[in-house]
Amino acid sequence: MTIALSREATTRHTRRHLLSSADLDRAQVREILDTAAEMHGVQQREVKKLPTLRGRTVVNLFFEDSTRTRSSFEIAGKWLSADVINISGKGSSTSKGESLRDTVLTVAAMGVDALVIRHHASGAAQQVSQWVDAHVVNAGDGTHEHPTQALLDAYTMERRLGDLEGRHVAIVGDLTHSRVVRSNLITLRTLGVRVTLVAPPTLMPSGIGPWAAAEGFALSNDFDAVLPTVDAVMMLRVQRERMSGGFFPTPREYTVGYGLTRPRLDVLMAANPDAVICHPGPMNRGLEISPDAADAAASLVLDQVSAGVAVRMSVLYHLLAGGEGEDS
Amino acid sequence: MASLLITGADLVGRDTDGRADILVEDGVITEVGSIRSAKGADVLDADGLVALPGLVDLHTHLREPGREDAETIASGAAAAAVGGFTAVLAMANTNPVTDTAEAAERIFDLGRATGLVDVVPVGAVTKGLDGEELAELGLMHRSRARTTFFSDDGRCVHNARVMRRALEYVRAFGGVVSQHAQDPNLAGPQACAHEGELSGRLGLPGWPGIAEESIVARDVMLARHTGSRVHVAHVSTAGTVEVIRWARAQGIDVTAEVTPHHLVLTTDLLAGYDPTFKVNPPLRPQEDVDALRAALADGTIDAVATDHAPHARHDKEHAFVDAAFGMLGLETALSVVSEVMVHGGFLDWAGVARVMSQNPARIAGIAAHGSALAVGDAAHLTLVDPSAEVTVDRSASVSLSRNNPWHGRTLRGAVHATVFGGRVTAQKGALA
Repeated sequence: MTIALSREATTRHTRRHLLSSADLDRAQVREILDTAAEMHGVQQREVKKLPTLRGRTVVNLFFEDSTRTRSSFEIAGKWLSADVINISGKGSSTSKGESLRDTVLTVAAMGVDALVIRHHASGAAQQVSQWVDAHVVNAGDGTHEHPTQALLDAYTMERRLGDLEGRHVAIVGDLTHSRVVRSNLITLRTLGVRVTLVAPPTLMPSGIGPWAAAEGFALSNDFDAVLPTVDAVMMLRVQRERMSGGFFPTPREYTVGYGLTRPRLDVLMAANPDAVICHPGPMNRGLEISPDAADAAASLVLDQVSAGVAVRMSVLYHLLAGGEGEDS
Repeated sequence: MASLLITGADLVGRDTDGRADILVEDGVITEVGSIRSAKGADVLDADGLVALPGLVDLHTHLREPGREDAETIASGAAAAAVGGFTAVLAMANTNPVTDTAEAAERIFDLGRATGLVDVVPVGAVTKGLDGEELAELGLMHRSRARTTFFSDDGRCVHNARVMRRALEYVRAFGGVVSQHAQDPNLAGPQACAHEGELSGRLGLPGWPGIAEESIVARDVMLARHTGSRVHVAHVSTAGTVEVIRWARAQGIDVTAEVTPHHLVLTTDLLAGYDPTFKVNPPLRPQEDVDALRAALADGTIDAVATDHAPHARHDKEHAFVDAAFGMLGLETALSVVSEVMVHGGFLDWAGVARVMSQNPARIAGIAAHGSALAVGDAAHLTLVDPSAEVTVDRSASVSLSRNNPWHGRTLRGAVHATVFGGRVTAQKGALA
């Protein structure tokens, strides 16, 4: 679906855009994660800046609020010495009668090397990539994908668990409205991970049955049956607006059925003392994850945030500098 | 008025042993058969062409008043003429809404002024399409526009009480309600992709078939209860076809239409998030497409209606969920039906005359159209070249808009000429 366009045939990793996790094959994921590890090393230094993207301009074009993802991309760009500009597209576009195409062409006309886009609509980054010359990075499109989140999740889990091949990861929560799950499914399957999706039937995406059959992942409505078998459990945020949407009766009932509660944490740790807990944030403590679980030694929540910067540095590096003789 | 002699046309469904000449004088067919010559008549050589009664479209959006940048009654009438139509019903979801006699008469008059097709205004069922209070249905019917066909199209009359009253009320003057079947509780305003595996993967809000089927099931029962007639706009699923087939078997007075795009295009076209393919109801899977073709062939679905929905370019250049619903249809409808239904072996040309002219004219109660092309009938007819191949080019359109889902496709069968009231209005893809 995406345009894979090498500037130099010899550097496989030099891509135009990162729109979907499906854009990356296993070798490319490996390269991004390996570079991220180097970047992570830089992050621990006192002086964190690399000259790699000096003179390059990265625009964070966010049509939807996201302090966490936007600042992660901003820091990533700055530590690579790029000029980073944040533009809030919120309330521009449709409300002023301007089309999405006009909005992005206006931004691109300023001379931008990379556009990092967050949009409330699925497919927005893919559409934008057809209109501009700049590299486009999908920083979350509607309920579709969030490829850098999946990469940072894989990176974080790998740091703790080692090689992920053959490991079992359960993703639990509001799957219907989650872009995190769609990207994670792809990236984890690319890395040979066994994945089970856990949710009440009302929060499973439509057509999930044939999708699971085609891609080789499992489905369950029973968290307790899955929990003792996993190496990692990824808890997804349940958005406040879903709670009155009739997707489940009450928050209390949701927690009883699908929350990572204290008793479930004990079950998980007893079954697999090395198991880890992820959450893309922001967390609803007490709803999908108990404070005990969020703050447990097994929790990777803050590691995920830290890895986010390194992984996004790696992605920007591979898109903008890869194959042009720059050192990392 | 000058006279016109059409020579050597294939008059389908008639025992004319294939070909016949048609003489038209003062807008009326005055002679059919072997005509040696007609003094002073313009001659239109129809050798190898099929003569159909002028096409009638139960479902167009001409955008005037309100969005004259996307289409006007004049440009829409031109697109209709080029597409072989001699009458079109103009939906009421304009701005202001066609919910008064005055609004209907204005559209009727602007249509008359084009001289290209009969523009028949559709009246809104409810005031402002709000789904709550009945519009002035009777006054619209008493107006110069003689409105008998009512629809809130674009919105569903989802309140069962309102739908029941509308069905009962219009019976007094032989009116019919055309329902846009979409239960808003099952498919809300954001719903934009057939609910299924692909919408799940793409993260697009699903528009499940049940949102259409449940309303159609309710409406046919309301029609039975009230003894009224109901028309189902743009049927899009196999389930709806089953409901209609059952209702027919019960003797319920229900008619139905299908769009050309739902006969061909499938939901997998959404994979690239191109808003050109965003339409309401959404494109469905192949199983539904197959059921719709079969239903049109066996008469369960009465008519093809375009749902011609022009949009300015900037209303389509949004993210998929934010972009406008709808696609062009008038200029390509006949070619699409020819390709899929005739060349596909589902209908002969007499069948096309039925589903694109006679049935829609009957459903909308437009007596002058959908004739058998007999002596004394109004001279509204469409000459079709069944073997012409056309490759659709969106930039060649006479519509003001370019949201054409058929761009680049090659179709077999094309309108050669359109005759409206004895005058050639369009020929080979352009106005005459």
